[in-house]
Amino acid sequence: MATAALETHDTHGAHPPTSTGLNSTKVAIWTFIGSECFFFASLISTYLIYRGRSLVGPFPHQAWTDPATGHVYKAILNIPVTSVSTFVLLMSSLAMVLAHSAVVRGDRKSSKIWLASTVILGATFLGFQAYEFTSFVHEGLTIHTNLFGSSFFILTGFHGAHVTAGVIWLLTLLFIDMKRGLEPRDAINVDVCALYWHFVDVVWIAIFTLVYLIK
Amino acid sequence: MAADHSHPPLAHDAQGNASPAEHTHPDWKTYRWVALILALLTGMEVYIYYLPSFVQTKMFVPTLLLLSAIKFAIVVLFYMHLKYDAKLFRALFGGPLTLACFTIVGLLFLFGHLAIHF
Repeated sequence: MATAALETHDTHGAHPPTSTGLNSTKVAIWTFIGSECFFFASLISTYLIYRGRSLVGPFPHQAWTDPATGHVYKAILNIPVTSVSTFVLLMSSLAMVLAHSAVVRGDRKSSKIWLASTVILGATFLGFQAYEFTSFVHEGLTIHTNLFGSSFFILTGFHGAHVTAGVIWLLTLLFIDMKRGLEPRDAINVDVCALYWHFVDVVWIAIFTLVYLIK
Repeated sequence: MAADHSHPPLAHDAQGNASPAEHTHPDWKTYRWVALILALLTGMEVYIYYLPSFVQTKMFVPTLLLLSAIKFAIVVLFYMHLKYDAKLFRALFGGPLTLACFTIVGLLFLFGHLAIHF
């Protein structure tokens, strides 16, 4: 165990000396993730405060009849579809840790496969979100419709923007991997990207429960 | 997928320098179990959602919140390696996360469904 630790110690390359003794890039990404906690907390708070205060539908969990037109709007949230997209995002986190593990080991073939898998799964999640947003608009819910629409689209939209940024980041790593191959000394770059990706995943875990499942 | 995932737990300097033992990363088996547990917990959440008798009870929301918190903790501890990483990283994430949670609860008490009306 100690031997393995020392062996990998060397392959990762030393970072410049720091006052904390820790890699500054990792300190920076954890600080950024800490600040993102506040960002998403503000959006989640806004959603929860406005929850159930919409005067007109469509509503997330119950049907609504428009008194002016008599049109019946069904409950807008599609739990089966969102459950699948949640599963997809969770599995992308698995692919991400396996990609990182492969880069640490210097296994180029596996790193490419798992990085590409993470990109595909992330893009699939975004596809589900695009489908969801489009179907909501078709069913009469836009960002202007009611408090639910405004807070929902802002919260999930910002999360989707974070996923998009993550997919672009992963694509750059995949491009580098294809071009020259990611070495164990590059593991810190993959690790930082992985931390961001997993954070996006845990934010969705909270959103899925608070927005979709709690009625 | 010919890759050998049965490698021993990994450790690396890029994670921090406190001690090699602190930087040990889980192996493929642990990652696989974590993924399975996450999938099962998600399945449980969705199953509970479709149980009308349970949805009506007071346990519905706390149960969902608990399951969500467990999933959150598992990802942070194992996939984000916070269980194995330097303590400063735990502080950098845990501190803001705790404050953010208190902020959400505080705002719900002030303006949301937990508001106290005098």
